[in-house]
Amino acid sequence: MSDRLAVRKTYKLYLGGKFPRSESGRTYEVTDARGHFVANAAWASRKDARDAVVAARGAFAGWSGATAYNRGQVLYRVAEVMEGRAAQFVDEVAAGEGLSESKARAAVDAAIDRWVWYAGWTDKLAAVLGGTNPVAGPYFDFSVPEPTGVVAVLAPQRSSLLGLVSVLAPVLATGCTAVLVSSKQRPLPAITLSEVLATSDVPGGVANLLTGDAAEIGPWLAEHADVDGMDLCGAGATAMELERSAAGTLKRVLRTTTEEPDWTADPGLSRMTPFLETKTVWHPIGV
Amino acid sequence: MTHALDPTAPGRADPAAPAGVPDAFADVTRSDAAFRAFLHGLPGVDQVGAEARAAQLGTRSIKTTAKAWAIDTAISMVDLTTLEGADTPGRVRSLAAKARRPDPSDDSCPQVAAVCVYGDLAGVARDALVGTGIHTAAVATAFPSGRASRAVKIADVRDAVGNGADEIDMVIDRGAFLAGRYLDVFEEVVAVKEACGDAHLKVILETGELRTYDAVRRASWLAMLAGGDVIKTSTGKVSPAATLPVCLVMLEAVRDFRAATGVQIGVKPAGGIRTTKDAVKHLVMINEVAGPDWLHPDFFRFGASSLLDDLLLQRQKLRTGHYSGPDHVSVV
Amino acid sequence: MTVFEYAPAPESRSIVTLRSHYGLFVDGEFTDGGGTPLPTVNPATEEVLGEVAVGTDADVDRAVRAARKAFTRVWGPMRGCDRGKYLFRIARLLQERAREFAVLETLDNGKPITESRDVDVPLAAAHFFYHAGWADKLDHVGLGAAPRPHGVAGQVIPWNFPLLMLAWKVAPALAAGNTVVLKPAETTPLTALLFAEVCQQADLPPGVVNIVTGAGDTGRAVVEHADVDKVAFTGSTEVGKQIARAVAGTQKVLTLELGGKAANIVFDDAPVDQAVEGIVRGIFFNQGHVCCAGSRLLVQESVHDEVVAALKRRIGTLRVGDPLDKNTDVGAINSPEQLARIRELVGIGQAEGAQLWQPEGDLPERGTWFKPTVFTDVTPAHRIARDEVFGPVLSVLTFRTPDEAVAKANNSTYGLSAGIWSEKGSRILAVANQLRAGVVWANTFNQFDPTSPFGGYKQSGYGREGGRLGLRAYLKES
Repeated sequence: MSDRLAVRKTYKLYLGGKFPRSESGRTYEVTDARGHFVANAAWASRKDARDAVVAARGAFAGWSGATAYNRGQVLYRVAEVMEGRAAQFVDEVAAGEGLSESKARAAVDAAIDRWVWYAGWTDKLAAVLGGTNPVAGPYFDFSVPEPTGVVAVLAPQRSSLLGLVSVLAPVLATGCTAVLVSSKQRPLPAITLSEVLATSDVPGGVANLLTGDAAEIGPWLAEHADVDGMDLCGAGATAMELERSAAGTLKRVLRTTTEEPDWTADPGLSRMTPFLETKTVWHPIGV
Repeated sequence: MTHALDPTAPGRADPAAPAGVPDAFADVTRSDAAFRAFLHGLPGVDQVGAEARAAQLGTRSIKTTAKAWAIDTAISMVDLTTLEGADTPGRVRSLAAKARRPDPSDDSCPQVAAVCVYGDLAGVARDALVGTGIHTAAVATAFPSGRASRAVKIADVRDAVGNGADEIDMVIDRGAFLAGRYLDVFEEVVAVKEACGDAHLKVILETGELRTYDAVRRASWLAMLAGGDVIKTSTGKVSPAATLPVCLVMLEAVRDFRAATGVQIGVKPAGGIRTTKDAVKHLVMINEVAGPDWLHPDFFRFGASSLLDDLLLQRQKLRTGHYSGPDHVSVV
Repeated sequence: MTVFEYAPAPESRSIVTLRSHYGLFVDGEFTDGGGTPLPTVNPATEEVLGEVAVGTDADVDRAVRAARKAFTRVWGPMRGCDRGKYLFRIARLLQERAREFAVLETLDNGKPITESRDVDVPLAAAHFFYHAGWADKLDHVGLGAAPRPHGVAGQVIPWNFPLLMLAWKVAPALAAGNTVVLKPAETTPLTALLFAEVCQQADLPPGVVNIVTGAGDTGRAVVEHADVDKVAFTGSTEVGKQIARAVAGTQKVLTLELGGKAANIVFDDAPVDQAVEGIVRGIFFNQGHVCCAGSRLLVQESVHDEVVAALKRRIGTLRVGDPLDKNTDVGAINSPEQLARIRELVGIGQAEGAQLWQPEGDLPERGTWFKPTVFTDVTPAHRIARDEVFGPVLSVLTFRTPDEAVAKANNSTYGLSAGIWSEKGSRILAVANQLRAGVVWANTFNQFDPTSPFGGYKQSGYGREGGRLGLRAYLKES
């Protein structure tokens, strides 16, 4: 047993490509599955959420305007860096979820593989979801999927990495930008993932990860007029109320289920299509 | 150093010909409708194709002797510029001193082509440059916005010329251009050219506000038909300023104009050209698009301030074999 | 008059390690071949780059058996996400070793280093990257919930884009779950064999990719082997027909990508400067060794003189010379055989009465070279308007109306590609609709992307490569 004292990590928010503390100055205690103190995580406020939306909006033009190939390359790089950090993720998942090391390892492996799976979608969505339409007239008519904009994501409360990846990666793969509120009890993998994002050529503001309470920040995001879509996965009992609030600005809402889904199952396109618009263009054909 | 109005300068087909629209195009400026039809009848520019060509030219690899030649040529094409509200005679004199001796440690370094200042300081620049052959360029016509009456703009030009400027950088009326009042814009350039007297006229199109390459091509032809001696991209006060594809379109325009009329007009990109690499890309572009006739300070200028420093650093590196640093270049 | 001389700017060859002898790559290892080894030559200098093993029928049999074993035991049963990971590794390795591949490709093929570096190698890596992502998404290809691979794919590729053609064949085959026996062209085997090293670095299971070098006989053995399920060929129409005959009556699934004589149609409202770039890119990119080259310029008669004058002026700035020089635009002709064929057809063109034009300048003394060449006053009756030259030779014809342009463009047994230059969108779409060509470029030319299906009509072949549609060649519905 080494006598060496560990240099403990500080966990802050990931916003606009940087790691600020909450503007409120608040933190909260994060404990492991056995109740032992692990860290003080930043406790995001509504103002942090507001700033995150501004950052996400600012990053949207660049991210959605990049080629699908480029987005795929960036997302694949994220998986490469996640792979290198696997041991740290395993520790955090095991401690936070009370899993054995081998179960935590399986969850981390699945999370990385899930990220790779989404990275491979960026340049295929247009072929699968778009196409030309044989209208009954001399017009060239085609439909293309386009990202809807800024998506607020309430990450699942229980599955702190695999679930997290499963709600974040699809948003980014479509070309949308994200403001994500992590699991309240198990926020640490979200910040380690943020460190991965920050070192993987992901432009600042594309993904903003806030540690804190989805019940507190959720309503502000649901009502926010500059948020285009919302994933209610981690909303718990507040989900219906949030969906009502979101209706005020006609957000595209992905509802949650009472139980967290089996995150190991194939998600198909289900977490990408809610955040894709379809643009149909007509053009006459004639000399 | 020869001047574009010098009858013995290369490229001028008929120096004794009166100023005015070349014969082949006399009809097009007879009315607003005719002028519009002409400008809109010029070939369109495909944005993707033009940008791809500019990028492709940017992959040329200019090394060793070619690089040395390019650096010296680029230095000799610089219009060393200061256009700040805070400009003073002292600053202008300092700039002029650098213009005549860009590298204090090396007399073999060429001089720049011109110093470019606001019209009220043109006299200071002229006095500081006496005997050097370096031109005194002044911006005028309510630079940079161009939003003033015709009378004010002409007075601005006369003032600058009276102070000793032998080159005038005017701005076109972009509002009128974008509203389609092409003949108004044209007539203003003609009037400014007249007010210039013997001074050499550069016409700033402010391509960053024109926004499309089609508009850049039309504005280029408008300025050339109106008698401009040089077409210039930008004031440097609006972003984007000069870009390589814009310069490409303007080089094609001057090439085509000479083919149609025999008259050779110059090009000046200004703003945003900061590195030797950028400058060399421009020289390659001139070489392969308009042709070597334009590789001369009479027909090509860089409107720049910090570019000169990077050219000097690169020049020093070629001379000494090691990378240089900012302490080896003088501030203004 | 000032002259801006570009000093030599050679890319260093030191990044490449040439061997004196290259073997076949079978079952994960480099081995000798039973045939007499063939030298591979740098066409720009006549330098012998190395000797390359030649595969006999027995070697091809070994390779097919290795591919079958790998298919049955490893690659076929493997999960899609794992196949995808191998392909991602290969894509990344190609990116990491990009400069090495580019220099080697230029040495072996003769194409300019800027093309190898900026086009061939990045596109090859992108093909692997794109197809890596399909490996675990085959249920979205449009062939049902669980499409299956064919099995062992026999693939024969040409010398004009050696690494890129390898990527076009191998990436989709592997993504779909097939294993591969690939026969590179005899004059350009080296990047394929370097690719074999990449497969080893990626830890690709042995037998998944097998590379058997050799000439026509080796290719025939691959195509005709009884245990090959899927055949893919890119090359000449003549050989394509032989292959189609050879697989007749068998169960082999076949795709062919053959020759072309594409029409590049320039209307009177074309953006002239960009059209000239497109014409130049269409026929002089890769020395015109391109199946989809725009080898016929169909220019509207009213703008013929203006366009041809601008074209000649532009061709005058093309730099022909050392392919390793970063300022070279047009490199060497790939082989003496190809040069002889070009010369023969150019001679025919002159004899037929077309007007030949070439820019000034000297060609290097050693190596195989041909100047960019333009024939004007060409009509559809001329052989140089109908026969594929596969070199930097453009034939210029005129037309009066859109209908006439379409008729002349379609008047060919080929149908691979076409170009349309006009500022009017509806005209572009109307003409595109009527062209019998598998790839139509509007206001651009010779653009390629892994997501964009490529392939021909008529005797330019059948089947498509690239995109969701391209994967269908390597899968069967279930």
